[in-house]
This record gives sequence, structure tokens and C-alpha cells, in this order.
Amino acid sequence: MQDDLQQELIRELIVESREGLDQFDQDLLAIENQQNDEETLHRIFRAIHTLKGSSGCLGLKQIERLAHAGENLLSVLRDRLTPPDSATVAALFRFCDALRRMVADLETGAVSATADHAAIIADLNALHSVLLHGTPPEIHTEDGSSGLFEDEPGSSGFFLEPAPKPAQAPPETATSDGPVAIEAAIRVGVTQLDQLMDLVGELVLTRNQIIQHAATLRDPAILQSSQRLNTITSKLQESVMKTRMQPVGQAWSKFPRLVRDLSHELKKPVSLVMEGGDTEIDRTLLEAIKDPLTHILRNSIDHGIESTERRRAAHKPEAGHIRLRAFHDGGQVVIQLSDDGGGIDRERVLAKAIERGLIESANADRLADRDVFALIFAPGFSTAEAITTVSGRGVGMDVVKKNVEKIGGKVEVESVRGRSTTVRLKIPLTLAIIPALLVLTGGKRYAIAQASLLELVRLEQEQAAARIEFIRGCPVYRRRSQLLPLLYLHEQLGIAPPQLQPGDAIFLLIVEAEGCQFGVVVDAILDTEEIVVKPLGEELKAIPVYAGATIMGDGRVALILDVVGMARRAGLLQESRLQSAAAALDPAAATVAQEILLMSLGANRQAAVPLADVYRLEEISAERIEMAGNSEVVQYRSGILPLISVAAALGLPVPDSSPAGGKIRVVVYSHQGAQYGLVVERILDIVRADAPVSRCTNRPGIAGSSVVGNRVTDFLDVPALVSVSGVVSYHSAENWGLF
Amino acid sequence: MNQQICTFFLDDQMYGLRVLQIQEVLRVQEFTEVPLAPPAVLGLLNLRGSIVTALDLRQRLGLPPNPHLEAPLNVVAQTAKGLVSLRVDRIGEVVEINPEETETPPGTLGESLRNLLAGVVPLPTGLLLLIDLERTMELGSSNPKSGA
Repeated sequence: MQDDLQQELIRELIVESREGLDQFDQDLLAIENQQNDEETLHRIFRAIHTLKGSSGCLGLKQIERLAHAGENLLSVLRDRLTPPDSATVAALFRFCDALRRMVADLETGAVSATADHAAIIADLNALHSVLLHGTPPEIHTEDGSSGLFEDEPGSSGFFLEPAPKPAQAPPETATSDGPVAIEAAIRVGVTQLDQLMDLVGELVLTRNQIIQHAATLRDPAILQSSQRLNTITSKLQESVMKTRMQPVGQAWSKFPRLVRDLSHELKKPVSLVMEGGDTEIDRTLLEAIKDPLTHILRNSIDHGIESTERRRAAHKPEAGHIRLRAFHDGGQVVIQLSDDGGGIDRERVLAKAIERGLIESANADRLADRDVFALIFAPGFSTAEAITTVSGRGVGMDVVKKNVEKIGGKVEVESVRGRSTTVRLKIPLTLAIIPALLVLTGGKRYAIAQASLLELVRLEQEQAAARIEFIRGCPVYRRRSQLLPLLYLHEQLGIAPPQLQPGDAIFLLIVEAEGCQFGVVVDAILDTEEIVVKPLGEELKAIPVYAGATIMGDGRVALILDVVGMARRAGLLQESRLQSAAAALDPAAATVAQEILLMSLGANRQAAVPLADVYRLEEISAERIEMAGNSEVVQYRSGILPLISVAAALGLPVPDSSPAGGKIRVVVYSHQGAQYGLVVERILDIVRADAPVSRCTNRPGIAGSSVVGNRVTDFLDVPALVSVSGVVSYHSAENWGLF
Repeated sequence: MNQQICTFFLDDQMYGLRVLQIQEVLRVQEFTEVPLAPPAVLGLLNLRGSIVTALDLRQRLGLPPNPHLEAPLNVVAQTAKGLVSLRVDRIGEVVEINPEETETPPGTLGESLRNLLAGVVPLPTGLLLLIDLERTMELGSSNPKSGA
């Protein structure tokens, strides 16, 4: 046999046997969990039989011998249709691992200790003998064993025979074995796929040129064939692009086995459920997430799931439960692993982070849970009490983060103390094929992932004027009972606004990014299309509004919008501000109805403050206004009342400064001992209203917005308003002593 | 060991890149614009399935636009970070240089230009400025700030 042919065959054997052994593992697990059917044992037997045959042909004696011993045992198991006992299953797992090692050695050229293999072979033979005769063989030596099994010539002399012929001819012929290994797929090099993709790209461009020329030629025959060429090219392009996609479940195939082994090792029963394994991602991404996922899984079993005693004490089911899920969301592939373990101990993470100097202890209390949990990804961080062989050495989670970020992804952790931990990998669409919506703005095409779209709205111009309202210059749209901030795409991209003709409509894309819903206004909606996301060059990655670019059917490039990046850039996702604003209004404001004072700020704008904070309503003669420093004040009840024009502080047009009758209307607002006069155009009403604060707000002085009495109403955040307006407060005179 | 340098011109000044760095020269006029990108970015182009960022080398080196330019060419070069295309006025010949004769750019050139040059080679026909491709691709944080 020629050397390179031999090498080629060995390479094939390596790939083939890997697949076979993976299947072996899965089937064996099924047997262990009593989920096997008649076919399972046959399949296991065939896998090993095939491996034995191919390794024998190639002169790989070591593998052949081992496989042979396993085959003997398996053939008996298969013939008797008796499920193997746990000792046998364990031996078969060891057997499978040994084969795997040997196959790996073939690839690397290393040589493992043969002593281990001999021991495994001896074990298998012993089990075999017990099955056949009910007793273990008396002697384990090669000579002895050959004499013991007269009825099993195949098992005798297996250490020496160059090409053993199993006594029991397997019922399956070689041809029936073949399709098991290769029926689903053939292997193609990735570089070849890439080349294919490039060529298709060229073909698309050429196709477009031909179509253009054909149109000018007016030759029906050419026109027809160019159309045919068009269709075929599109289909070819689509199929070639799809060849790079692989189900994410491929990265998981080893997980059931991993969970089994770890749960045995750590004596924690753990069940694993995997969902969405058919979610497709690009193969390069698949490779990149394999290790991080494995690590998270190990961590989850080791640290997440509590010991059986603790679980019992916590009235939880004894067996831990891990759920692995993959799905498309917001234009990303999300892979999340949840366990029902003890959760992350916020205090312990904080203590450790302070000890390591990662955070200041003074800041610890103010950190949101999400930020605290993010600390576990810091290099060298581990809160594990004991270092186990499985994890806890503090390497890993930072590597997980690094690897995921390398492919442009993100890792998030959520945890409920005592209940659960969820680690979420958000893998960008980069390279993935996604259904996208193509929109037009400023004459240019942009793609937006359909996964982030909630709704499309078409508004005629007249309608648009009525349905789009403004809060301090910020456009909002009322979507049923919900107020959505609007972003004009042309503004976000810094390009010229569209020249709307009468009769033109505008289009709203209602999208969701990290839980925040908002509308994106575009000039036109073109089409939906499956696109392949390609990364932008380093030099453009810093622009947050793009998720990548794609090549359209006509060969031109279109940018893909990143909804999350856009929301963040527009300030819709700044959580800290959002929280402080909501807290400023009233911690319970979001849910509890309260009495509010409604006032008009002029220019059709309505605002509200909680009535509880209002001290008095006054009309003050404009002549009484004096200046103190840069601010306007009035003398009020033997003190000084600083005046704040709410409209001015919010950057709105200030109503006429010399109101009729020379009186200004002032809401005397009392907060933490200080009083301020809020100057408004009119006092409207006192109503009882829920304050379902619209969560997406980033305007200082406004805690949120809501619809009150059919009008969009800003809920003022007076302390913030005070600081925006730069007004100082005037406490009672004793404070002077402080100077 | 002599090096082969592909030369090109902006106005009458000769610039160069190592031949091995260059993948091809294209005459493309249409790019997909990238709003918010730094001004030196002309846009994106599809090069047989790869998306290439096209830079205007004049703009990148701080030269004023040349309104008389009729048929600019794009030099597509390979870098560790992927492909980049540089728009130049015209292409020159391939010249051989002795790398040992490369000198550091004079300090009078101004920092912005000097940072983008790998060196200056005195040739009989004039000075050849070698472009530092990696640095030329680093457009830094020059993208416009958030408008929010």
C-alpha cells in the first residue's frame, strides 16, 4: 500500500471513528438511563465492529485488539438482548475512552501506555466470561484465556493474531455498516467552502452585468437564459452560504457524557436538558464557543448545583437540573445555561472583589446585581471554598469571557440566591445567516435583524403629525398604552433628512433592545432577505450602530444596524441613570397610584409633580422678582424662594416672560427642608394617576413620562431639575454660622 | 536582500508598499457609504465576498482633495487585520530597494504624516515614502461623538 494512500485512509479512520465513538457514548448513556431501544445495542456493536475492521486493514494492531475485546462483549450483550449492568457500562465507557485516546494518538503520533489497554481488555474479557459462563475466567493471561473459551474462538489469541476473524460473523455486512457512518454528510475543507463562497460572489456580480446587457439586447432568447441564470445564481449563492452553517447542538454532543462523568465524580445527581440544538450558527463561531460552554457547564455542576444534603435541606429535588438552551434573539444567537443550584452569593463575590482590589468597598453597596455578578469574570477570581479537580482555581471564567468577546459576543450572568444561576452567551450574528429586513434611509439600504423587530408601522404624513408627540424635543410614539421613544435613523446616522413629498408615508420599526422598546423611523421598507453577516474591519468596529455588513444580491454592500448599539448610543439604555430617575420620583411610583399636580409648561407640554411634595401654589407679582447671584428669587414668608423656570430648565421654549396681569404662577415645592418655586405657565389639575414611568428616559430633570388625561405628561425629577438649573437652596439663617 | 516596492502617487509625491502586501489594484468608483465613520473612510466594497474598508489615502495623510483627479485607483492591501483599500491618484512602477537604505522620516514632516510612514528611501528619481499600513488603518477614536 502506498504511503500517502495509507495516511489518507488513516485520516479517514480518525474522523470516522470519532463520530462512531461519540455515537457510542450517547448510546451507552441511553442504555444506562434505560432509554435504549433494540437498535441501540446493534448500533454500538456496529460502531466497534467497523472500527475493528478498519484498524485491522490498516495494520493498527493496538486499536484492533482493544476493539476486538469490546466487540466480543458487545456481541454477547446484543445477542442476549439483556441490558448490561452498571459495572459493564462503566467498563464500556472506559473502553470507549481508551479507544478515543488511541485514535487521538494516531493523529499526534504519541504512544499511550499499553498497560492500561491490557487492563481494560482483561476487564472486558472478565465481563464477557461472566456473561457466558456466569464465572470470571480463572486466569487472565493470554495463554490461559485462549484455552478457556472453546466456544468462542474469536476471543482466543487476540493478542497475537494479525487479523482476527471474529467467530461470530456479524449479521451486518460491510455495506450495511458503511452508510451508518457517512449517510448524513460528507466532509469538505473549510478553505474550500470559503473559496466556493468567493466564487459565488464573483458569479453574482457577473450575473448582474449580464442581466443589464441582456436588457439592452432585446433578444428574447438571451433574456430568457439570463433570467434563468439569475434564478440559479441566487439559489446557488443561498446554498453555498448555508453550507457554512451548523447546528449549535454539535458543540453540545459531548455534554451528556460530561455531565454524567462529573455527576458521578462529585456525587451529585444532575440532569441535563438541551433545547434548541438545531439553532444554526457559523462553524467558526461554533468552534469558538465550544470551550467556553464546556467550562460554564463544569462550573455549574461543581459550584452551582449544591450537594445532595444541602439540596435536601433546601427542600429542592435531590437531582440538580441544568437546562441548556439556544435561540435567536434580538438579532443574536443566545446560548444560555441555567441551573437550579444555590445561586451566586452577592456578599461573597463583593468580599472577594474587595479583597482582590477589584472594587472599592465604599462602592460595593451601590453596585447593581448584574455588575456584581460580572465580577466573577475578572481574571483570577474564584469564590469556591475548595479547589476541586473540576474547577475553582479561578482560571476559566475570565477565559470564557475573553473567548466569547473575541468573536464579538457577550457573557451575562443572572442569579437568584438559593434558586438558580443563568449564564447567557450572546453570540453576534457575525457570520451567521439571519433573516433581515431591508430599509431605506437617505437613499441607502440598511439591514436590520428581524429578530429584534416587534412591529412595523406605516404612518401617512398627516397621521404622523398627530401620532408622534414630543417631550422636550424628543419624539415619542403611542403604541397602544405604551410610550415609545423614537429615533430617526437619518439623525442617528448623521445624514440629511428625507425630502418628503405630499402623500409620502413614514415607517416606524418598533424594535426591542435589551428589554427597552423603541421606534426607529425610516424612509421606506424594502424587503426581507436572508443575509450573511460579515464583520466590519477593525477601523469601523468602534462605531456602535453597526453590527456588521452584508453583501446584497446585486453584489453591493449594505450595513447592518445594531439595535442595541443604537439604543445605547442614543442614551436609551443607560441603566444607572434610569434607576436613579425612577428612584427619585418615588420608589413605588412605578406601580402605586398617587396624587399628582398637573401643570402646563406652555407649547402644549404637560408636566407633573407628586402632590405630596407641593407646599403651596402661589401667584406672585412679577415685580417682586429679585436677583440673587445669577438666579431669580422672591422673598417668600420671611425667607428667600429661588425660582426655577421649569420650561427653561428642561430646555423648552419659555412662555412669555411678561404674563398678563404681571403675575407668575409658582408651585412651591418642598424637598428635604429646602423650598423651590417652580415657575409654570398654568396649574391644570390635581389627579390621581398611576405613574407607569416610561422606562427609556435619559433627560435630566424628567423621571419618566406617561399618558395622563390623554396627554403625554413628563414626571419631573425636581432634585435633578434643581441641579440642572444651577439654583442654590436657601436654608434658614442659622446655616450662615457654618461659614 | 532587496525588497520589491509597489509605488503610487499622490500629486507628484511617490509612496510605496511592499509588493507582497498588495493583493490587487482596482478601479472602483462606488462604495457603500458608512455614516458616522471617520472622514478618511470612503466606504465599503465587496471584493469577491470579502468586505473591504476603502480609505482615501489623501485624506488619511492630510492632503487636500485633488479635484482634477479623473480615475483614481484603489490599492487593496493585506494586513494582519484583514484587507484594506487605499485610494491613490495613480500607480507607479515596481522598484527594488535595499531596506538598509531606508531612513527614518525627517522630523520636520509633521507628526501626523510621520506616524504613518515606515521610512523614506532616497531613489535617483526622488524620495520614496514607505507607508506603514497597520498605522494607516488605525483610524483611532476620530469617529464623531454620540449625538444624544
